[in-house]
Parts: sequence; structure tokens; C-alpha cells
Amino acid sequence: MEIVLVGLNHRTAPVEVRERVSFTAEQARRASEQLRSKGILEETLVLSTCNRSEVYGVPPEASHDSAPGLSTFLSEFHSVRLEVLNGSLYHHYDREAARHLFRVAAGLDSMMLGEAEILGQVREAYRIAHEQGATGPVLNRLFQGALEVGKRVRAETELGTRPMSVASAGVKLAERIFGKFEERSALVLGAGTISEQVIAQLRDRGIARLFVMNRSKERADGLAKQYGGEVLPWGEWERALPVPDVIVSSVATEEPVLRREIVERAMEKRSNRALFLMDLGLPRNIDAAVGELYNVYVYNMEDLSEIVAQNRHARENEIPKADSIVEEHVGKFLSWQASVELVGLVNELRSKLREERAQFVRSRVESIQHLTEADRTLLENLMDDILESLLLEPAQRLRGDKDLCRKVRNVEALRDLFLSRREKL
Amino acid sequence: MHYSLFNSTVVAYALSFVLYLTFLKTGKALTGRLGTLLLAAGLVTHYFALLERTRGLGPHAVPYHDLYGAMSLFGWLLALTYLGLELYHRQRTVGALVLPFVLIFFVAAHVAPADKLSPPGAHGPTFAFHVTLNILAYSAFALSFVLSVMFLIEERFLRKHQLGDVVWRLPPLELLERMSRSSVLIGLVSITVGTSFGFLWVYRLSDRYSFYDSKYAITLLVLILYVVYFWLARTTAWRGARASKLCVFNFLLVFLSFTVVNLYLSHNHRFF
Repeated sequence: MEIVLVGLNHRTAPVEVRERVSFTAEQARRASEQLRSKGILEETLVLSTCNRSEVYGVPPEASHDSAPGLSTFLSEFHSVRLEVLNGSLYHHYDREAARHLFRVAAGLDSMMLGEAEILGQVREAYRIAHEQGATGPVLNRLFQGALEVGKRVRAETELGTRPMSVASAGVKLAERIFGKFEERSALVLGAGTISEQVIAQLRDRGIARLFVMNRSKERADGLAKQYGGEVLPWGEWERALPVPDVIVSSVATEEPVLRREIVERAMEKRSNRALFLMDLGLPRNIDAAVGELYNVYVYNMEDLSEIVAQNRHARENEIPKADSIVEEHVGKFLSWQASVELVGLVNELRSKLREERAQFVRSRVESIQHLTEADRTLLENLMDDILESLLLEPAQRLRGDKDLCRKVRNVEALRDLFLSRREKL
Repeated sequence: MHYSLFNSTVVAYALSFVLYLTFLKTGKALTGRLGTLLLAAGLVTHYFALLERTRGLGPHAVPYHDLYGAMSLFGWLLALTYLGLELYHRQRTVGALVLPFVLIFFVAAHVAPADKLSPPGAHGPTFAFHVTLNILAYSAFALSFVLSVMFLIEERFLRKHQLGDVVWRLPPLELLERMSRSSVLIGLVSITVGTSFGFLWVYRLSDRYSFYDSKYAITLLVLILYVVYFWLARTTAWRGARASKLCVFNFLLVFLSFTVVNLYLSHNHRFF
């Protein structure tokens, strides 16, 4: 019972290669079917995201040489020459394969350390493969373990808690002031890519009202329509500023768009209700003196980038904690794997010993003349009992062994001792 | 007092504090819920400890006749007010900052030997309500003080862009402000009703107690200042840090009233 993994990711392959071997859901299903029908794997699961394409499987024979076959399959399936993939593909077996998957689910192998999306992608890949009947006991156990690792790492470490992009850092900071966004409103100045990222974040967090202001009304209309916002005419500060709790500005401008006196007037109109300003423009869109006003909080691109850098450092500090959770679950999985192998080995040994016993009875006992049929049956039963007890005692001892390495070694030793080379293969 | 009551209260409060602190650090919901549960358990055992202390004081008595009894009652009411606010606002991160005060008041009240002062001559439900409600008001004001200090610290961090680990875990500023206002409202209602009971009691015993006491003046001042805070914090340009600073200042007056005025200036008030 072996686990094999072949794949590539953002660390080993450039995007041009990654996009050529990525799988759609339909392709993943088809690849799983082909792998099983061709007898390359007994259980299969394809995990494909924008940063990785990986095939997990259980080959029919435990020989640690199934990876080349899988690599060839990947190359043929995507019609990409093997030379293109060579150097980008990695392969792992058993412990390393389990460790790799658990790290992936924990977000430790992601481009953005600790990202949350990967756990959902692993869950979805497992759901598809499970529904297709492509997984069996081994991959079921492995992927259930991976999902548990992902959940634990997110619950027990701070790997996923801190914002890692300027947009999300700004939105999270606004939450430090206002709490939940359900009754809040935001005004976004500009309609570029960064503005869109912030709008998406605000919408995700349930902002109640969204206003968009842009020099080009057409672009503002498009953005407002896409995210369910309202468009305000550019420059109507007296009308626009007293309402929102959060203002995000990302426009190309030589001079600050929001000057101190404009914001000061707006603050008077809003009875000093707190205002959070996110300046994502370069050069800055908001006059630095605005930050001196009472109940006004201003964060510019540099401030937010610094927060993101601090958060990245804080996340990196959590890696050892997350890795220890991964190792704990790798140990649990290998222990389960060894127990399952032990059961298989005991069954194999049992049938082999029964065969030996039958042969022994045929060659030796049947020649003893004075034994009746009942005596012979009794003798056979006694031999069965002694063989069973010889077999069960070490098996039970092994099952109870807490030391995983010793358990695995002993299973192998038992196999070596009692089964011939042919039988092991 | 039964040592088992003392020990179990200390253990419950201390564990609750540790759990609240862990919750503040990790944000794990289960830890926070356990913190609340242990705080509730601490409140129950603390109540029985207070009950134990009132034995021999007569009917309708609360253990305020000595400083230690008043401190213990103050700690209990502080914990009770906090629990009420926590449940109402569904916010547990403040627990880690309130529990140390509760624990200190409880331990200080019970470890130190009781003084030898005799209980006051007055008893009865009116007097008991007067004292209990006023101590409840002090504890609610103390809670609003803690919340306002938290607000000012967090607000400063946010304005100065100094975002350490803790800032990401603290409650949002506006929630702290709302909690502080709720706490002050509890205090205002309690002190108004409690003081009315006090005057009623003085009126009934006008032959023995004077209507004029420095405690009355400072209580009136406290009442006015908290009403001003409550009004400013809700409606005008003072909302935010300015209102919180006023709340901190108000509590300093309460502290003055609870200590210096009681001990040295008042004729009719001792530890309440």
C-alpha cells in the first residue's frame, strides 16, 4: 500500500508551464478514469489550482517506481513533451507525499503564506474524486487528514489571521474602528485595479452602501454596476464626504485630491463621526495634514505596505507551530497505514501457514495408519490453534506499539522472515 | 469564611482570567466561552462568600461595614456588571482587562484581617439598597473607566500607526465606546436610585443623621459629570477620544469619593 504524488507548483515551474498542465474539473475526472483504467493507479485524486497541478494516487504495487509512469501520463494527457516538464515535476512517496499534502492544505506551500483559499480547493478536489469513486480507503484517510490539518492550523496558529495585501490590510484596519460593516458605507475614489480590489474586499465583508467617484463616469458606472454601488459625480465633496465611514482613494493626480479644509468641513457636517481614509494613490491623494483632524484616521500606501510586511513576518514566525501540527498528523497517518499493512500481512501469513499445515498433514500425518478421521481432525484443529496463537501474539504486540518507526520496521521484518521474495512482490 | 469558598472563587476568577487572556491572544471562541463560564462560577462562589460574611450582621444586611467587605462587594458587582455587558454586547476581549481588578479586590478583601470597627447602627432594606446600588454604580463607573482607557490606548496606536499583535485582537473602537456608554448608563441609574434611597433613609432618621455631608456634594458632582459625559459621547463633537478622557477624569472623582471623602470628610459614610 503505497502513496505516490507527482506534480508541479509555483516554486518549480513558471506560469507558462503551469498553465499547460492545469486541469479543469472535467479534465481531472477524465484523467482519474484513465489512470485507473490503464492500471497505473488504483486510487487517484487530481488537485489543480492556479499555482499547482498534482496527482495523488495509490499504485497497484508498492515498488516506489510508479512516478515515472505518472509523469509520462501527465505529459501525454496534456500533450506536452516530457522534456518540457522534466525539471519542473516533483515526486514523493508515502511519508513525504503525506507531508507535502498536509503542508499544502495548511497553506504552508502557497505563494501567499497561509492563504485560506487552498483549503477550499483541496476540499473541492477531494469531493469530486470521492463522488467519482476514484478514491479508496487510503486517499480518503489521507485527504480527511489534510482537511483536519488545514482547519487546525487556521484555528491554532496565526498563519491565516493577518491581512497580506494592501487592500485587505486597509479594510481590516477600518474594522478596528467600526467593527462589522453591515451598517457602514464606503466611498471609493478612482476606478482602477486597486480600487476594484478594495471594493471586492468591502463587499465580501458586507458593507451596506458603496459609492464610486471617478473622473471617467463610464468606468465608475461599470464598477458600480458590477459591485452594486452608486455613482457620485466627481468633485462634489460637500455632498459626498459627510456620508461614508470609509474613504478609499486611488487616483492618478499631481496634487492631493482631499485637502485638509475639505475634510474639515465634512467632519463638521458629520458631527465628528469617525472617518477612516485609505490613500492608495502615488503620489498621495490625501493631504498629510488631514491625519491631524480629530477622529480622522489616515493610512497611505507606505503605512499599509509596512503593515503587510509586519504581518508577513508574523506569519513566518508561525511556521514552526504549523509544521508541528503537520508532523503530528503525518505520524497519525503513517501509524494508520502501518496498522492496515499489518492486518494485510497477518492475513497473508495466515493463509501461507494454513497451506503449510495442509501440506504437512498430507505428507506426514496421513501415513500414520492407526489414526481415525476424528483424531486427524482433532490434530488439524490443534495445529491451527498453535499456528494462530504464534501469529496473533506478535501481531497484537505490533498493533499496540506506539513507536511508529519500530512498528513499520517490524512489519517489514515479519514480511522478510515469513514471506518469500516472490510473495513480497 | 470557608476557605473552600475563598479557594474556589480565586481559582475560578484566576482561570477565567487566564482563559480570557488566551482568548485575547488566540481568538479561539471555545476559550472565550470557557472564560465566561468560569467567571459565572466565580460569581456564584463569591456570592456565597459574601453571604458568609454577612452572618451575624442581622437581616437585610450587606457586608459593607468594613473596608474589606465593601471591597469584596465592589469586586463582585464589577464582575457582575462586566458579565452583563459581555452578554449584551457579545464581546469577550475586555475580560482579560477586567478580571485582574475583580481578583485583586476579592483577594485583598479576604486575605487581609477584618478591622475591628463595629457595624453601623443602621440596618434595613432601604439602607441595604442605598449602599448596594451605590457600590454597583461605582463598579459600573470603574468598568467604563477600564473601557475608556482601552479606547484611548487603541485609538493612540491606530492614529500613530503602531499596530502590534494585540491591536488586531482588541474590540473595535466604536464598540468600546458603546460598551463604556452602557456601563455609565448602569452607573447613572444605580447612583440615582441608590442616592434617593439614601435620602429616604436620612429623612426617616432625621433625628440622628444630618442632611449635610460632603459626600452629597461630590456624589452630585459625579452624577452631573457622568450625565454630561453620556450626553457628549452620543451627540456632539466630543465623541471619541475626548469623551473617553472625560470618562477617565470622572472616575478619578469617583475614586476620590470612595476613598478620601469617605475616610476623612464624610460623617455618615464609611466605606461606601
